[in-house]
Amino acid sequence: MTAAVNLYPRRRARNALWTALAYAATALGLIMLAIILATLIWNGIGGLSLDVFTKNTAPPGVVGGLLNSIVGSIIMTAIGLAIGAPLGILAGTYLAEYGSNSRLATVVRFINDILLSAPSIVVGLFIYELLVVTVGHFSALAGGVSLAVLGAPIMVRTTEDMLNLVPNSLREAASALGMPRSLVIRNVAYRAVASGIITGVLLAIARMTGETAPLIFTALGNSLFAVDPRGPMSALPLIIYEFARSPYAEQQRLAWTGALILTFAVLGLSVLARVLSASIKQK
Amino acid sequence: MTATALQTPGAAHTSPMDRARALGRLKLSDASFQFFALGAAVLVLALLLGVMVALFIGAWPAFREFGVGFLFSDAWSPPKEKFGAATAIYGTLVTSLIAMLIAVPVGLGIAVFLTELCWLPLRRPIGVAIELLAGIPSIIYGIWGVYYFRPVMQAYIQPFLINTIGNMPIIGYLFQGPPLGYGVLTAGFVLALMVLPFITAVSRDVFDTVPAVLKEAAYGVGATTFEVVGNIVIPYTRVGVIGGVMLALGRALGETMAVTFVVGNATKIQTSILAQGTTISAMIANQFADADPGLFTASLLALGFILFVITFLVLAAARFMLARLELKA
Amino acid sequence: MSNDISAQTPVKPAAAMNEKVVMRGLNFYYGKIHALKNVDLTLYEGQVTAFIGPSGCGKSTLLRVLNRMYDLYPGQRAEGEVMLDGENILSPSLDLNLLRSRVGMVFQKPTPFPMTIYENIAFGVRLYEKLPRAELDARVESALRRAALWTEVKDKLNASGLSLSGGQQQRLCIARTVAISPEVILFDEPASALDPISTAKIEELIDELSGDYTIAIVTHNMQQAARVSHYTAFMYLGEMVEFAETNAVFTSPRDKRTQDYVTGRFG
Repeated sequence: MTAAVNLYPRRRARNALWTALAYAATALGLIMLAIILATLIWNGIGGLSLDVFTKNTAPPGVVGGLLNSIVGSIIMTAIGLAIGAPLGILAGTYLAEYGSNSRLATVVRFINDILLSAPSIVVGLFIYELLVVTVGHFSALAGGVSLAVLGAPIMVRTTEDMLNLVPNSLREAASALGMPRSLVIRNVAYRAVASGIITGVLLAIARMTGETAPLIFTALGNSLFAVDPRGPMSALPLIIYEFARSPYAEQQRLAWTGALILTFAVLGLSVLARVLSASIKQK
Repeated sequence: MTATALQTPGAAHTSPMDRARALGRLKLSDASFQFFALGAAVLVLALLLGVMVALFIGAWPAFREFGVGFLFSDAWSPPKEKFGAATAIYGTLVTSLIAMLIAVPVGLGIAVFLTELCWLPLRRPIGVAIELLAGIPSIIYGIWGVYYFRPVMQAYIQPFLINTIGNMPIIGYLFQGPPLGYGVLTAGFVLALMVLPFITAVSRDVFDTVPAVLKEAAYGVGATTFEVVGNIVIPYTRVGVIGGVMLALGRALGETMAVTFVVGNATKIQTSILAQGTTISAMIANQFADADPGLFTASLLALGFILFVITFLVLAAARFMLARLELKA
Repeated sequence: MSNDISAQTPVKPAAAMNEKVVMRGLNFYYGKIHALKNVDLTLYEGQVTAFIGPSGCGKSTLLRVLNRMYDLYPGQRAEGEVMLDGENILSPSLDLNLLRSRVGMVFQKPTPFPMTIYENIAFGVRLYEKLPRAELDARVESALRRAALWTEVKDKLNASGLSLSGGQQQRLCIARTVAISPEVILFDEPASALDPISTAKIEELIDELSGDYTIAIVTHNMQQAARVSHYTAFMYLGEMVEFAETNAVFTSPRDKRTQDYVTGRFG
């Protein structure tokens, strides 16, 4: 037997090196992300008080809160949902049920994927051109529309994926009773995957709530309490953006508190969506 | 329960005429539902076209005035009405490049950890945590960056880099200048953190598509973990990983809030990445409020159009690659 | 139910019967594949006709022509004549939903809708009629009785249809089909996914339903065909090889291929 070079120790050493690097990467990543969350909680908790939820944003020197921003976020997300959800769910329905592999469906799927990751600032500029310049002033409505454009692609994707999971045999059974196509979809297919579609809606809400850039060009922001969608309105991300750059300590503190509220709202929605989707997988 | 006499079996309760009428009533709602579904799909299509058209129209005065030179000029003077996109484009590309150079190895490393090394009960919680982190709004990274990371950059990291790499030939030029904490490198780091969860999540999903039998076969002949990763997992998922990376790149290029706080908002290109700069989205966000309509606003819209084209190309390429992965599966 | 092939369900003489469905020269294509070749067939009113044959012979395809289920899928088409009470159902201008209200179908895999048991049945009824609650209740009860399911579910009509066992789900699907009073009922291997006891119940059901409905049943189980049907159609590679009274097909088939199949030489 010839004296073979034993390769194993070198291989083992190399594996150990790469393993160490993988551990290091994980540690680095998780630690950094934990630091961010920790500073968020540390800075935000101090500012949490009833005032935050009951008082409007105020100039420095006056005790203020975040009421108008929180309400504004809720209103604009609601507008975004009211416009984006029907758009997204219906378009997703078209892709799964009517269009399938048609030319149009293929193109729409491609476009939808692009929109899914498109820069939100560009969407903001687009709605600015469309709904602010033409009308002459900023508005929460424009803000809501820009959020709808960002949230709809998520719902298109989820709705299509969910509807594709409905077995054809279920559709055939409904058609066999003489049920017209739209009723088969609405009464049988939708019902079969309702939780899945709702999961998509929740994820879209999470996305819409966290967006800042598009609102800069559409809703602008408002230091007063406003509920009229035809005028400018404040939102949580907008006020965080403003206060974080402010030289006044109390406004900076509110920025962190707002960031904390925003993060927990978004995380809460995401967790809810996951719980819902896990309960679907159970079935 | 009422005790009803069973109906005469087989006899239709309704005549064909009644049924035809009942179905006829449904025809309109049936057709309109289909119409609305089609309309929604077409609207999605129209949105993309609308974005391109609206931006182009708004940007036209700038394109007409400056021509192709707009892309290469780093002028930015509102009073003189001279604008150029070069500084912004440069900043966008460099910050994203820095972010990718950091986030891709780390993200892949975490993905490999999660799929091959991690203690089994921990895999799901950590995976879930990463996915949740991917959903954190980017403005959070922004304020963390400006309040916590910038001072660290200023006090420790930048001086360190200036004293070490700054003294090396050639690449030393990239690491010069007063340590202000703000700058292209800082923005790149923050962007890396923002993009990291996304790359990790996508890579892990892609790694999970490798059939267990394939890996078991490799382990079966005595390969070490990283020999399996390097020889089986990565080649199998190569296209998907690249697709995922390009998707992350697309997002990084368009990111506003994570960078605008720390990039410095300068308007001239500098060699040192420790110096301040700007990105397209940061520039638009910062200057839009003060921009008077006319050439200034048109130039900002032109920047937006350029950004859209860049991200469109990157995202289209990413999709093409991910579509090829789906074909394989 | 006896397993003995010779204990047949009594058949009325052909001359006394109404031709409910008459097929002439039916050809069917999946894209370029010629799946059914020049099929001629008659379904007699109130009688049970079984379609038998080896896998891929086209029996399910043939069944699905009768309610134009293939219309849901582009690329599938039928040519020829299929007359239901004298009306050609292959005509492109035919109202498909109306057709399917007259020709019902029970599938191989039980497919209850994601609704309550009550709703599963009421759903179809409501498509065609506006009934007050009491009448709807009666209709649901009657359908469930016809499907021999009433006693098992009468106390849990609000439970989900999916909470029933496989055999019960299939009977629910039968009740659902019967509730809208079709004239023809198509069964596509209705018991192949069920255990033997449920299978026996389904066969009993089919036997009871015949007489009031014209029934066509696809089955790969020859004994089942023999037990349940009055007429049998043997198909092979897309062709209608032999069609006659069940007794004749099983005891004195005219075509050699039929003989080989029913004696188990292949299939």
